[in-house]
Order: sequence, then C-alpha cells, then structure tokens
Amino acid sequence: MNISGHDLIMACSAIGAGLAVIAGIGPGIGQGIAAGHGAAAVGRNPGAKGDIMSTMLLGQAVAETTGLYGLLIAMLLLFVQPLG
Amino acid sequence: MSHAILMESGANDIDFMIHGLIPVNFFGHEVWITTSHVCILIVVLLMLALGIAGNIKMRHATEVPGGFQNILELLVEKLEGIVYGTMGRVAAPKFANYILTIFIFIFLSNISGLFGLRPPTADYGTTLALGLITFSLIHITQFKNLPLKQIWKDMCSPLPPWLPIWFPINLISEIAVPISLSLRLFANVLSGTVMMALVYGLLSKLAIIWPAALHLYFDLFSGAIQTYVFCMLTMTYISQNYETE
Repeated sequence: MNISGHDLIMACSAIGAGLAVIAGIGPGIGQGIAAGHGAAAVGRNPGAKGDIMSTMLLGQAVAETTGLYGLLIAMLLLFVQPLG
Repeated sequence: MSHAILMESGANDIDFMIHGLIPVNFFGHEVWITTSHVCILIVVLLMLALGIAGNIKMRHATEVPGGFQNILELLVEKLEGIVYGTMGRVAAPKFANYILTIFIFIFLSNISGLFGLRPPTADYGTTLALGLITFSLIHITQFKNLPLKQIWKDMCSPLPPWLPIWFPINLISEIAVPISLSLRLFANVLSGTVMMALVYGLLSKLAIIWPAALHLYFDLFSGAIQTYVFCMLTMTYISQNYETE
C-alpha cells in the first residue's frame, strides 16, 4: 500500500479534528453546572422562574463558545484543509 | 473549492457548502455571487415585505387590535421591553430600532434552514459584518459619551492610569469582542446546518418525519437562543458606555 504525503496529511487532519472536538467536554460540564444551579434557584424561588431561565440560557450560550471554537477547528481541518 | 473527506469517501449527497452562482469581476478580482447572497436577499425582501405590510396595517390601526396588528404589537412590545430592560431609559430609545432590526434579521436567517435555504448566518461573512457593526457602535458610543481620561483609565483598568502595562491586554480583549460575537453565531448555525446535512445525506432513506424534531432543536431553539444572545451582548456592550443613573 502506497501512502503519499497528501494522504498522510489528510489522515493526520482527521485525527486532529477528532482531538479538537474534545473541547466539547468543558462547555458540557459548565452548562451542566449552570443548569443544576438554575434548577436549585427555581426550587428556592419558583416565582422568579422566567428570569432564572433567561439568565441561565444566556450564560450557557456564552459558555458554549469555547466548545464551538473546538468544533470550528475540526471543521476547518476537515473541510477547508489548510495543511493539505 | 477543496474536496471534503466525507465526499471523497462515497457519500455524495452531503452538501452544506456555499456554492458560487455567478462570477463577478470586482476591480480585477474574480468574486462570486454565492448562495449566501441569494439567501440574504430573500430574508431582506421578506423583512421589507413584513415592514411595508405592517406600515400599511398600522396606518389603519384599530382600537381593538385584530390578527396581524395583534402580532405586530406583541412583537414590538416584547422586543422593546427587552431593550429597555437591558439598556436603561437613556440609551434604549436610540438603539431600539437597530436592535429590533438585527433581531428580526438574525432570527429569520437562522430559521431559514427550515425552508430549505442555507442559513446566511452560516457564512462567516455575514456574522463578521454583524460583529463589526456592533464593534463600531461600541466604540462610537464610547468616544461620544465618555471623556478621554475615563477611556484611558478604563483601558489601564486594574493598574493606575500612569502605569499602562495592562493596556495591550485590554486592547486585545476589546478586539476579541467582535471576533467572539461573530464566531459564536457562525459556529452555532453552522453546526446545525452540518448536522442536518449529515442526517439527510447519510440516512436519506430513513430520514422521514423524525428529522422534524432535529429541525425544532437546531433551527428554531438554537437559532432563537443565539439571536437572543447576540442582541443581549450587543446591548450590554453598548450600554456600558452610558452613565448609569
């Protein structure tokens, strides 16, 4: 089997893309913590459910950004192929 | 445009790329009218039609609102409530129109995946433009409302103003604002687009009816949340430059 330089770069890009989406762990933990505290807050003060929900969703969407950067790197490696 | 790995491995139905439609000669460079331009045009025409229809309707507004007038009043009241709640009484009247416009534009763009278009916000050009508009607005209001001494003091923030060691780091954090704003919106919508393309491309025979649930999440829920986040952050950044009363 012949492996050319281009094939090697493609394979390594795929591995790199897989490694890049590990970044999703962080936002997952962060969003879980935010949701847990949100649930606790609703339990303490059910009247403020609307405010708590919107604040929680805003925080979660901002926390998601780092994970999306990882996804973006993976997409760039797979589809734009800056190295190949 | 380079070939995708997935496309080379035999799955030819997966398609979420931007396609060029018409080549245009722009000062000696060949640029393309792409599908994003067409989708933006459709969204803008829809917004214009909505605006004109609303204008005509509100000219003959009735005391007890009927169907369409009811929807318009609800939309404007809710969005204005959000803007006034976030920006305060001084800044809100100046920016309510702009925030409402980008809210409707981004929301329509995000949910246009439901109607078979490729969402224009899944093109980095669109979201970078939106981020740069926010960036300009932040700094125009900053220089308009705050004295130069105050701006310099803020830029050297944790240290005293005569020791600007922290200045470059604050400068980078200012420049990061439009980049993170635009990348957040872009990557969210793009991830939804890619997921839907994968579902429809790889499971073409099996993808009947149940992808509606995925559309509900990726297009409607995620799109609405990201619209809200973008507008909320824009409002927060701008209203930082107004004196809190």
